[in-house]
Amino acid sequence: MSAGAVGALLAPVIEPGFFAAEDVRVAIAVGAVVAIVSGTVGVFTVIRGQSFAGEAFGDLNTTGGAGAFLVGVSPLWGFVAAGVAAAAAMELIGIQRPRGRDLATGIVLGAGLGLAALLLYLGTTLHNTTGATVTILFGSVFTVPSSTIPLVVLLGVAVLAIVAALYRPLLLSSVSAEMAAARGIPVRLLGAAYLLALALAVALAALTIGSILSTALLVGPAATALRLTRRPGVAIVLAGAIGIAAMWLGELLAYDSSHWPPVGIGWPVSFFVVTLIFLAYLLSGTPDQVRRRTQRGA
Amino acid sequence: MDGAAEILSVEGVSVRLSGREILHEVSFSIRPGEFTGLIGSNGAGKTTLLRVILGLQAAHAGRVLLDGRPRSHRNPLIGYVPQKFLLDSDMPLRARDLVGLGLDAHRLGIPLPSRARRARIDLMLQAVDAERFADARVGLLSGGEQQRVLIAHALIARPKLLLLDEPLANLDLRAGQEVVALLARIAAEQQIAVLISAHEMNALLPAMDRIVYIAGGRAASGTTAEVVRADVLSELYGSHVDVLNVHGRVLVVAGAGDSSDLHGHEAALPGMEIVS
Repeated sequence: MSAGAVGALLAPVIEPGFFAAEDVRVAIAVGAVVAIVSGTVGVFTVIRGQSFAGEAFGDLNTTGGAGAFLVGVSPLWGFVAAGVAAAAAMELIGIQRPRGRDLATGIVLGAGLGLAALLLYLGTTLHNTTGATVTILFGSVFTVPSSTIPLVVLLGVAVLAIVAALYRPLLLSSVSAEMAAARGIPVRLLGAAYLLALALAVALAALTIGSILSTALLVGPAATALRLTRRPGVAIVLAGAIGIAAMWLGELLAYDSSHWPPVGIGWPVSFFVVTLIFLAYLLSGTPDQVRRRTQRGA
Repeated sequence: MDGAAEILSVEGVSVRLSGREILHEVSFSIRPGEFTGLIGSNGAGKTTLLRVILGLQAAHAGRVLLDGRPRSHRNPLIGYVPQKFLLDSDMPLRARDLVGLGLDAHRLGIPLPSRARRARIDLMLQAVDAERFADARVGLLSGGEQQRVLIAHALIARPKLLLLDEPLANLDLRAGQEVVALLARIAAEQQIAVLISAHEMNALLPAMDRIVYIAGGRAASGTTAEVVRADVLSELYGSHVDVLNVHGRVLVVAGAGDSSDLHGHEAALPGMEIVS
């Protein structure tokens, strides 16, 4: 079968010209990087029980994104700045103590969202548009300019490097901070480095599917992967793969949706991505099936 | 001093936590191959003492020597199994992964699979009778099975001293006996000193070479015959207690008379069993 024939066959699904558009190619590249980073960090987020911290970073990115819009720079810079500042604040307030952790996150979150309310209001009023607000909150991967790709790749590689370097100590301290500390592993420092990786990963996710939805990409594929395998390394690879699948399929469906009835308006990518992630989780099996799959055997 | 030199010496250790003295001039020592029970009621300071030995808790007086030297920051000499360890069932970790982390968790980078590494992990799993569930998720194993995996995790780096904090607390009688027998065998075969804390001494009696009995922040140590006596324990508690031997089980009970001196400890004396 020739390439032309394949194209004709897939035409109803993948529109001719889909891969030709630059915004689509950028979305595909950025989506893949972000999905891999989110899946990798997400597995640790889930097993460390820090989903709430991830959610807090996502919400605080709203503040950073709104600030970036006011100043007139890429929202990614705002997301990164807000994430790093929030990580530092949580670390100072004492996020490492199990009981202090949720409290510290909650306090930082409340203060940051108050600021977000102000910045979004100013942005909307001064620029007389709500478009930027929607983009910050719910993302718009097709509007990411190709000039942002180098920064996305750089941040992605940085996060993966942190996780790869700290893989073993991080895994043991996620199992038991006490066991790690007893082996002389600097648990506090390790937690801070992980928090930084988490902040950056969430910032990247916010760029694609928005600050509010970024945790879905972080936690969803990871939680699904944990139901499919018994091995930590495999879980990370699976989480990345599920994230990429949801991201690419979501982009494709969003592109196609502009021809869907009743009107020719494209649906947001984020809606499809998040829905696909949720479906993947549901399809990963009942609790009983998961238990049997992960209990015994090879 | 006879036989091998001490692997662990605790010398006059006192610990204060938020103004309260938890441990007062605790001294004892352990030699290779010895199985030592650290016995005391809940809140007596057992965990604090283990944390001092591990270097996780500073002592305000006294010192801890490992193999005759002050402990260094990271000590491959000590293996440790923490208290109340129950893994979440969604943790993506097989028994063999956790044992592998015992080998090299302090190293940076991703572990590369190698035949030698796998063989060493298999051998360790075999030594604790855990081959059967080597590939199962740790979080889905029973309490006794998890204890075996944790012991393997602690032993694979070949420590000279193994510390276990209340390893029998979550186990039924039979699983507890099996773990004690396993530890006694490992101590004897590999000449590893085992220090195991418990709030109930009877499960350990068949295996225990020595006992460190903690009450009111102070400790008495020696063989069980030397320590588990009415006069020694009465002095430790600062109040009269009786040691009864009933059908091979040791019961430590508050003596007649002024039991109020026990400050509420009488309900939880380490050898005591509540018979209903």
